[in-house]
Amino acid sequence: MVNLSVGIGKLKLKNPVMAASGTWGFEYGELADIDRLGAVVLKTITLKKRVGNPPPRIYETASGMLNSIGLENGGLDDMIENKLPKLDGAGTRVIVSIAGDTKDDFKKLAARLSKCRRVDALELNLSCPNVVHGVDEGLFAHSEKAVYGIVKAVREATPLTVITKLSPNVTDVKIFAAAAEAGGSDAIALCNTFIGMAIDAETMRPRLGNIIGGLSGPAIKPLSLRAVWEAAKAVDIPIVGIGGIMGWRDAVEFMLSGAAAVQVGTANFVDPRSPAEIVRGLEKYLSKHKIGDVRKLVGAIKLG
Amino acid sequence: MKQLRAKIVSNKKAGTCFYKMRLASAYLAAGSRPGQFVEIRCARGEDPLLRRPLGVHNIVPGGIEVFYEVVGAGTKLLSAKRAGESLDIIGPLGSGFDIKKGRAANILVAGGIGVAPLVALAGKLSRDKTAAAGMQVLIGAKTKSHVMCEGEFRKYGARVSVSTEDGSRGRKGFITDILKDILGNGLTSGNTAIYSCGPMGMLKAVSRIAREHGIPCQVSLEERMACGVGVCLGCPVKTRDGYKMVCKDGPVFNAEEIAW
Repeated sequence: MVNLSVGIGKLKLKNPVMAASGTWGFEYGELADIDRLGAVVLKTITLKKRVGNPPPRIYETASGMLNSIGLENGGLDDMIENKLPKLDGAGTRVIVSIAGDTKDDFKKLAARLSKCRRVDALELNLSCPNVVHGVDEGLFAHSEKAVYGIVKAVREATPLTVITKLSPNVTDVKIFAAAAEAGGSDAIALCNTFIGMAIDAETMRPRLGNIIGGLSGPAIKPLSLRAVWEAAKAVDIPIVGIGGIMGWRDAVEFMLSGAAAVQVGTANFVDPRSPAEIVRGLEKYLSKHKIGDVRKLVGAIKLG
Repeated sequence: MKQLRAKIVSNKKAGTCFYKMRLASAYLAAGSRPGQFVEIRCARGEDPLLRRPLGVHNIVPGGIEVFYEVVGAGTKLLSAKRAGESLDIIGPLGSGFDIKKGRAANILVAGGIGVAPLVALAGKLSRDKTAAAGMQVLIGAKTKSHVMCEGEFRKYGARVSVSTEDGSRGRKGFITDILKDILGNGLTSGNTAIYSCGPMGMLKAVSRIAREHGIPCQVSLEERMACGVGVCLGCPVKTRDGYKMVCKDGPVFNAEEIAW
């Protein structure tokens, strides 16, 4: 008998494994058993419907994939009217990922979603590498001030647990994690994708329609693990580890580095059963190592 | 749609860099329609990472066949698989061809590896007497060694015409030249349908010719995919109604829908 449940802010999860934003959807049907997961983070929404980037939008690289989807989504009303009702009976926590062009967008989204009873928490996507925001034509997650300001505004607009998803494409991830904490975020999610690109030597053209995209998958795991480890030391709020988690072993490593929970992303595309299998594997690992509580893994890396 | 393990019945080289693989699965045999595809995991490890989408090439008793060209790491691994091994498959996926009953003339236009899904379609059409009688297949390829599946089409009773870019087989030039000739020779448009699969440029040309003759045309598109079911939004095609996903809304579209 091991305890798998964890807490992120006010949010209680039955286990620390979530499906990452944009990688689970209703289209999977019975291929993915979300009732086994701690939570699902829904594909990022914006206030209004967004069209997304021109094709090609994905390209596979060594043990990874580049994507430049560009936050294509149906908008807030579509989420409330069409998506959330379908999750009424789901036996998992529902986290809605939100993004905006301005601080005000985030506030509006947070306020309206807080009134939806099926929404258990919010994830702030400040770090999608495929869209350009107001801050010097860059990402919100590249400005410490913007991170603080948006988190603070959302904090004032919602009683829900707030997870701030940050970009790894920064000089020092600790500064941004601290800014989110100071703004009142309940947790930090690291990492969003790493900016990358691919070129076709024959045609001499970029592989992605958007030229650059975000790299995910096993290729980024060591990079992400390092970011989680650094951030965990810098803040007191929980870290949600993301980046190339394919199996339970990866999940354990992220927790050892300091993550209180994990998200499984690209692995869903390879095998939609992955997150549920990671929950099973994690449980077995804990039993085998006679660890009675998954929370004891958090930051338990042995040094020296 | 299911995720299942299917045993490889055979995996044979079918030309310079083409392979035909037969997979045993009663579920896929019963549930697949011409024009649909499956997502195959080519490696157990992490490289290559993503599944490979392959069109249903033929529906046979107790299984399906896929026909593929070795173009990269995934298909190369696939080509090394032997009979008796099994593969992790998700399918059948996507929309199939919308087969209009009782069409007297069905013209299937293939470019290169585009022959792959059209064989299953020809098989289906061959079981409808009216459709079978007027079935024509036009195969365009780079050279004679790239002309594939001619025998299969003939077996289904189709008349087959071939063109190659270098003139090493059939007529020299593009397959659309043959299509123009056939349509110019007075087939009644009200009773004809065109189904096509091949490179985007060819599909665009085919759809323009179809429109000029007022003939309904369906095209099967190809795009790089991750999930294959419509979750990742990674395989858009621009349509008159905005972006649609090739995996979920297609891969077969009405030619009129596409914003060429």
